[in-house]
Amino acid sequence: MPVSVANSGVVYEALKQAGVRLCSALPETWLVHLVRMADEDPDMILVRLAKEEEGIGISTGAHFAGLRTALLMQNHGFLQSVNGIASLALLYKIPLLLMITDRGTMGERDPWQTEGGKYTRRVLDALNIVRDELNRPEEVASKVAKAMALAQSSLSPVALLLGRDLMWEEATA
Amino acid sequence: MKRIDCLKAIYPELEDCAVVTIMGAVAAELYSLGHRPNFFYLEHAMGLASSLGLGIALAQPDRKVVVLDGDGSVLMNLGGLTTMARYAPPNLVHIVFDNQVLLSVGGGAPGGYNWFTTATSTGSDLAAIATAAGIRRSQLVRELGDFTEAALDGIHGDELTCVVAKVEAEMPASFHMDVHMLENRFEFPRALQRMQAKTATGGRT
Repeated sequence: MPVSVANSGVVYEALKQAGVRLCSALPETWLVHLVRMADEDPDMILVRLAKEEEGIGISTGAHFAGLRTALLMQNHGFLQSVNGIASLALLYKIPLLLMITDRGTMGERDPWQTEGGKYTRRVLDALNIVRDELNRPEEVASKVAKAMALAQSSLSPVALLLGRDLMWEEATA
Repeated sequence: MKRIDCLKAIYPELEDCAVVTIMGAVAAELYSLGHRPNFFYLEHAMGLASSLGLGIALAQPDRKVVVLDGDGSVLMNLGGLTTMARYAPPNLVHIVFDNQVLLSVGGGAPGGYNWFTTATSTGSDLAAIATAAGIRRSQLVRELGDFTEAALDGIHGDELTCVVAKVEAEMPASFHMDVHMLENRFEFPRALQRMQAKTATGGRT
């Protein structure tokens, strides 16, 4: 499977460095190694969700209880979570680190992934959620740390889009 | 059975718990008994009170967490019951007031407050759904004595507990709440921190 193990490890290490102690997740192909790393880490609470919006509630509860969290989801999982983000996280000023796989963008080969990618950014922008992209392994640690810092200081969701060039290793360039 | 009587029955036992309620009647009635900073009223995001409680319970395993939910909200997040069952935190009590109607989101609408029933009015059994989701200790209660026993067993026990209480579809005496959402949002985690510190020092503060 050409999902990058090495770069998944870079992302996971960055989450740990940012103080993340609980990850909620609903997997998709690009997230398989990240979810496995969270599962194998005895110091990480991994919550496997039935639907992504639950993660907004779980992260809010964990924040109230003093834990830093990250939410691992596909962009369609983000779209699924929008009401929870608006009517809980934004309404109540809850910090969230949204780690969103950026499917349906340039290079996408799965026809079923091509719709949501057209407006993931615009929906994030409509919600005034500050976003950045992770495309190269050398930028991951710094951007994750900064995203967590902003989420905590602004008491708001912040999104990092996990890009194809980071998560996927093409057989031929 | 009236929701307010159920709340009165457990109110004294909520002092050391993290309490999360849904919006509307449940929040207003708990508030009417006397607000405490360890009560968080989720005034929107229907369905997520149970997930929020699960997050607290997982993050603070030594803290008893009580979620005061409703049939309409639970029906919006049935999958969350499976997540709750999967991690089954022993410190979580999920109380669902089932009045078989979307009282608080349509209570003032023309036609009276029984105008939009939920599927529990036509036979959907939330306690059975919770059991089937994997919450072993879940039950349906119709009498105040049974409710009190089941709820207090959950609060004082050490197993994930779900109590579905069939209650009358009655509006609260008042929806008045003199605590702003954001005030409540910030006082609640501070209360949890104080309680945590108290626990850590064996009650000496």
